[in-house]
Amino acid sequence: MKKYFFIILLAIVGCATASAQGRNGLRINEVMVVNETNAIDDFGERHGWIELFNSNHAPMEISSVYLTTDPNQPKMYPVPLGDVNTRIPKRQHVLFWADGRPSRGTFHLSFTLKPGEDNWIGIYDANGITLIDSVTVPASLQNNMSYARSEDGLGNWEVRNDLGENYITPSSNNIIRDENNKIASFKEKDKNGFAMTLMAMCIVFCALLILCLSFLAISKIGSRIARINKMEAHGIDHTEINVSDRPDADSGEVIAAIGMALRDHLEAHDQESTVLTINKVRRSYSPWSSKIYNMRHTPK
Amino acid sequence: MEQTFGDFLMSNLTQFWQLTGFYNATWQHFVMLAVGLFFIWLAIKKNFEPMLLVPIGFGILIGNIPFNTEAGLEIGIYEQGSVLNILYNGVSAGWYPPLIFLGIGAMTDFSALIANPKLMLIGAAAQFGIFGAYMVALAIGFEPDQAGAIAIIGGADGPTAIFLSSKLAPNLMGAIAVSAYSYMALVPVIQPPIMRLLTTKNERLIKMKPARAVSQNEKIIFPIVGLLLTCFVVPSGIPLLGMLFFGNLLRECGVTTRLAKTASNALTDIVTILLGMTVGASTQATSFLTAETIFIFFLGFMAFIIASASGVCFVKIFNIFLPKSKKINPLIGNAGVSAVPMSARISNNLGLEYDPSNYLLMHAMGPNVAGVIGSAVAAGVLLGFLA
Repeated sequence: MKKYFFIILLAIVGCATASAQGRNGLRINEVMVVNETNAIDDFGERHGWIELFNSNHAPMEISSVYLTTDPNQPKMYPVPLGDVNTRIPKRQHVLFWADGRPSRGTFHLSFTLKPGEDNWIGIYDANGITLIDSVTVPASLQNNMSYARSEDGLGNWEVRNDLGENYITPSSNNIIRDENNKIASFKEKDKNGFAMTLMAMCIVFCALLILCLSFLAISKIGSRIARINKMEAHGIDHTEINVSDRPDADSGEVIAAIGMALRDHLEAHDQESTVLTINKVRRSYSPWSSKIYNMRHTPK
Repeated sequence: MEQTFGDFLMSNLTQFWQLTGFYNATWQHFVMLAVGLFFIWLAIKKNFEPMLLVPIGFGILIGNIPFNTEAGLEIGIYEQGSVLNILYNGVSAGWYPPLIFLGIGAMTDFSALIANPKLMLIGAAAQFGIFGAYMVALAIGFEPDQAGAIAIIGGADGPTAIFLSSKLAPNLMGAIAVSAYSYMALVPVIQPPIMRLLTTKNERLIKMKPARAVSQNEKIIFPIVGLLLTCFVVPSGIPLLGMLFFGNLLRECGVTTRLAKTASNALTDIVTILLGMTVGASTQATSFLTAETIFIFFLGFMAFIIASASGVCFVKIFNIFLPKSKKINPLIGNAGVSAVPMSARISNNLGLEYDPSNYLLMHAMGPNVAGVIGSAVAAGVLLGFLA
């Protein structure tokens, strides 16, 4: 029974770990179909590109996932094994070139994107069945414009034309931040710290108040159970005794006093003798046990 | 022209001279070395928190021996790959403090708190020191994240201060850690005058009912319920609260005595040595001797005063609503800061000063350990709001 229990437990832990290490956080983040003036690949050429983003707060290994433009052919381009660059650090990006020349390296896809048409792009997990993320890039997307999420890994899709603050950001964050929003918000709206003090003290009080109330309840239940057990041990039915007559919970001091009294009572005996004595044991000689008489004498 | 043997010797000796501490020393280095020696003196001669001040003081000496930082010797605490840098990772990545909390959990008896749960609220009230200091830090001109990191000194909890400052303001961590530990060592000096000032003689003589005995089951339930309730409210406190309650469960469950013993003795000792030494070594003259450090020490002092005062005042207000037989002695209010067990001992000593039969130690331990939980929750709140 115990063995089965451990097997089930291991299976549950295994499933939980497998799910935790999944690639559900992988997102298509930005796509450019026709690239004439934008990023250049490591061969000095321009092609359409697909940017993937690891939205997890842990590194993600993307080897063996599939990129495709056809839902009926999910295994169009498998990301090869054995390339250290397929491990995306937390909240970082990788760029795949849609140039139809996979022999150029891991990040060169086996397909291209079609200008003037809707381009459906999907990422499938290693089993080729589980769709992790997909997007349909509209046919109306013009040359040198990208189709991007408004915020990395999140948000609505929007067209970006690289004008003003509408940046095209291959291999980079879709929103460029130069400060922590939370801190900026506190700096602007809570200049004297009063709001923070009020909120934080309320939370601290609430947390400890909840703990306090829980333990008031637990200690009441604990005392009640202890009292009932005590009365039952003495053969008393607790329902027969009025609430007002029931004793309070014992204090630590009372128990300590009882403990000391018991110790005095139980250990009140004479001190054992601790004298070690060495008595010589005298063993008288007996010919019956002598070796001499057990051995045959050499004939003369 | 060929270099003569004498020139060769001279050039090497000159190079060596330029690597020595004597060549690279500045007056700031000597000031910091004096600070380190002062800490060691305080610890050895005055017995002020020796377990912390000896490693920190010696760490200050290690971190402030001048050397040529451009020589690429990989010896400085901030040079990647150096031994000190590897040890410092536990501070900068924030994993020493949760290990210390594991040890604190394994050596803390929460019975006093379980027996009288309302004392938890004193631990909450004392956290006002943190947020009072936060407001003053903002007024002085610190950024909100820096103010939060500095203000946590008021929690009187070194590991929490290091944990939070490593996340919110790593550049101020050395000063914050040294300030937090210094004031913790000075608790016996800072708190009694505040306690005397805020209490009347009659209040100091209040005798509290002895705490009831707590069953083993309650002691086992406490860390489990405590973890679930506090971390559901403040998940950002999981590293500290999780380890604190885990350590306590190891202690109380009765079947992991060896683990509890290791966590509370060997592990805590090892981490304390490494934490103290590396925090001390991180206080390098160039980043430590600044106006900011003076402000941090001032704010830390103020946070301690506010925390102690708010704990005492809260008990006085609480007493208004309590029946006469259940009144709380306000001398245990100061113990709401989490300097365990120093502040509880101060409550006890002060109580005995006014009534030699009034032992407050066990009562004060309640708010004292609640202060540990409270300051970890407060750190979680600051982290949640500002990180």
